[in-house]
Amino acid sequence: MADSLNGKTAVTGIGETVYSRGTDKSSIGLMLEASIKAIRDAGLKPNQIDGIIPYSLGPVAEEVMAGLGLTDVRFSAQTPMGGASPVAALQCAAAVIAAGVCKHVLVVLGRRGYSDARVTTRLAAMPQFRQIAEFENPVGAFAPAQLYAPMIRRHMELYGTNPDQFAEVAVAMRNHAMLNDNAIMKKPLTVEDHHNSRMISDPYRLFDCCLESDGGTAVVISSAEYAKDTRAPVSILGVGEGHPDSPSTITQRPDMLELGLSKAAPRVFEMAGVKHKDIDVAEIYDCFTGMVIAEIEDLGFCEKGEGGPFVEGGRIRLGGELPVNTHGGLLSQAHIAGLNHVYELVRQLRHEGGAAQVPNAQIGLVTGYGDLGDGSLAIMQRAV
Amino acid sequence: MKDEYLKPLPEPSIDSQPFWDGLKDRRIMLQRCSDCGTIRHYPRPMCDKCHSMECDWVEASGHGTIYSWTESHHPFHFGFKAETPYILVTVTLDEGVRIQTKLLNAKVEDLKLDLPVEVVFAQETPDLVLPYFRLAG
Repeated sequence: MADSLNGKTAVTGIGETVYSRGTDKSSIGLMLEASIKAIRDAGLKPNQIDGIIPYSLGPVAEEVMAGLGLTDVRFSAQTPMGGASPVAALQCAAAVIAAGVCKHVLVVLGRRGYSDARVTTRLAAMPQFRQIAEFENPVGAFAPAQLYAPMIRRHMELYGTNPDQFAEVAVAMRNHAMLNDNAIMKKPLTVEDHHNSRMISDPYRLFDCCLESDGGTAVVISSAEYAKDTRAPVSILGVGEGHPDSPSTITQRPDMLELGLSKAAPRVFEMAGVKHKDIDVAEIYDCFTGMVIAEIEDLGFCEKGEGGPFVEGGRIRLGGELPVNTHGGLLSQAHIAGLNHVYELVRQLRHEGGAAQVPNAQIGLVTGYGDLGDGSLAIMQRAV
Repeated sequence: MKDEYLKPLPEPSIDSQPFWDGLKDRRIMLQRCSDCGTIRHYPRPMCDKCHSMECDWVEASGHGTIYSWTESHHPFHFGFKAETPYILVTVTLDEGVRIQTKLLNAKVEDLKLDLPVEVVFAQETPDLVLPYFRLAG
């Protein structure tokens, strides 16, 4: 089982729309625009797509089929894990391709996260948040900032993690966004700017929190057999998801700081057959600065509690030992629920990263974090 | 209309109704597995330790300790706008399960992990009592 999906699939196509705060396009419009770009990037005809995994909030697979005129789709599913969904969708796609059900699966996400309902309204309607709605909304806990802040507060109290380390994450993401033509936040950010920004939910300030954005992203996952003849395939070496114990709320987890990613990471590294020192670039789901620190620990780059010191000294900036979120992340590029992180990893491993290219990147990873602790991880390699 | 309640009301389920009914009597009621005795929260139909679907309800002491917290400054919901900032606290009850609630009459800079806290019941509407907490002693 350990190597069950190793090398069986590759990302063959990627597409994205303009990311913005304000759009005149519908969510399905954004999805279709990103989809056709990804399909053409893969060198496919639309009707070769035989599997679709859309994001679990928004237009469904049938609308994508209708929009693209697809007539032979054999598989569709959703992976409703919030921000862990896109990378979990890669596992789903790889599994159905490896099983012979599909050859080319489209994973697509389009949203009006800025122009339509904001996050607090969206969450209240999600079935994953049923217990939050019943037991935690009435006392005043609604938004991810409020629900996740206690995790990093406990981390601070136990390990001494501090706001300077949060600021370092925010500044690193901003510096990377400033190199990206398709990033929303382009104004320079300093540690002082971070510390002076208004408090949202202590200890998280404005610049600890991700954006809410409009935009669409799509990727095509293909069988390795087909992928070898495409322009720039990026092989999926390992992929998986993990869930914390008692994952329906954060408060009831036996250990609030144990995330699903800590279970997925050892499995995915084993499947991929790579070591941490082999990772040239990491796209890490950054809904909040503190989550980057927690995920770096759960990925195994350092021990639990050492993530704060790990991000210091430019280690996660371009040129550092582990460049993180070379596109600017959810914090400064855009919030496309982390499918933009998948796009960026493929761009890096194709050596098409422009000003933010990690020199000679060969192997990288992308994570997802969603809902109340679900995690997902993929490790990919540039085709040799 | 000045007394209109602007905050979200809980929608009790078949599984949770006794919890909400207990609060009306100013008691925190918790599910206890009738077979293995494990106490669980939030209410759900099966014991995750022994998979029994039989349970009875026991009254919690109302005492616990701070597991973590946040002070919420941004008004994410208009019903809470007038009281921002307020402290949300995750309490480990003496019975072992946790509760997410508001911490009353405290300063965030005074908080530490494991500080003892105790319940303060608040009659929010004629049909709704919520269990807030305060520092004990």
